[in-house]
Amino acid sequence: MIDTVFFYVFALMTLVGGILTITRRNAVHSAISLIVSLLGVAGLYLLQQAEFLFAVQIVLYVGGIMVLFLFVIMLVNLDQAAKERQFNGQWLVALAAVAAVGVVVGWFVYHGQSAFRIAERSSGSALAAVLGNTELVADSLFSEYLLPFEIASILLLVAVVGSVVMAKKRI
Amino acid sequence: MHPVTTVHYLALSAALLLIGTVGVLTRRNIVVILMSIELILNAVNINLVAFSHAFGPDHVQGQIFAIFVITDAVAEAAVGLGILIALFRNKETVLADEIDLLKW
Repeated sequence: MIDTVFFYVFALMTLVGGILTITRRNAVHSAISLIVSLLGVAGLYLLQQAEFLFAVQIVLYVGGIMVLFLFVIMLVNLDQAAKERQFNGQWLVALAAVAAVGVVVGWFVYHGQSAFRIAERSSGSALAAVLGNTELVADSLFSEYLLPFEIASILLLVAVVGSVVMAKKRI
Repeated sequence: MHPVTTVHYLALSAALLLIGTVGVLTRRNIVVILMSIELILNAVNINLVAFSHAFGPDHVQGQIFAIFVITDAVAEAAVGLGILIALFRNKETVLADEIDLLKW
């Protein structure tokens, strides 16, 4: 019961934040709406017992990526851009295409409802009760998914070098 | 009230994906386009965590994939904003349809 109420609160935060993000004229307002949306997603993680992802979402997205966005917004002069037209010439075609995709996805989700009940959740699971979510994630990440983990670290290294090179004075 | 099922999360995720797609396709400001990409990636994460939850608390594979998606989102934002700064230094604009150097 209380779960249902919280789900709708967080879902409303997520969707309203997302809509405000793509409609605001001022980029700083967009960034703040995006923070609201990301916090809503973090709440949804908590509702689904993904406590580690909840913490990662807040620390990394709200603390890291958003500060990066705000830095760039302050660095780049957006006053001129805020005075101009906000939507490009193809917005009608884009909306029609997205509406078509929305109809298709909605149709599949609606008619496939019964297929998504994969298994009865074993709520009284022994492993999760003893270890907890964070330890389970760590166990899986550092054993089964060790190679993808290392590849991700190389990806981050390349991204760091790439963004430093991009932001240099003379390329 | 109905209990919240996986389908609710899938519907929410689809809605967020569509909002993000509209942002990418219609906005002119590159900063907002990058933010819309973050929205799309978050929609994917909601999906992954919902299925991870549906399989029970012992199965965290969906959450692991969500962690990798977050890693990619961070790398993408860092490189994208770096490109934006380089672009602004050379062209003095952040509007996507004014950058038509390759257009004949």
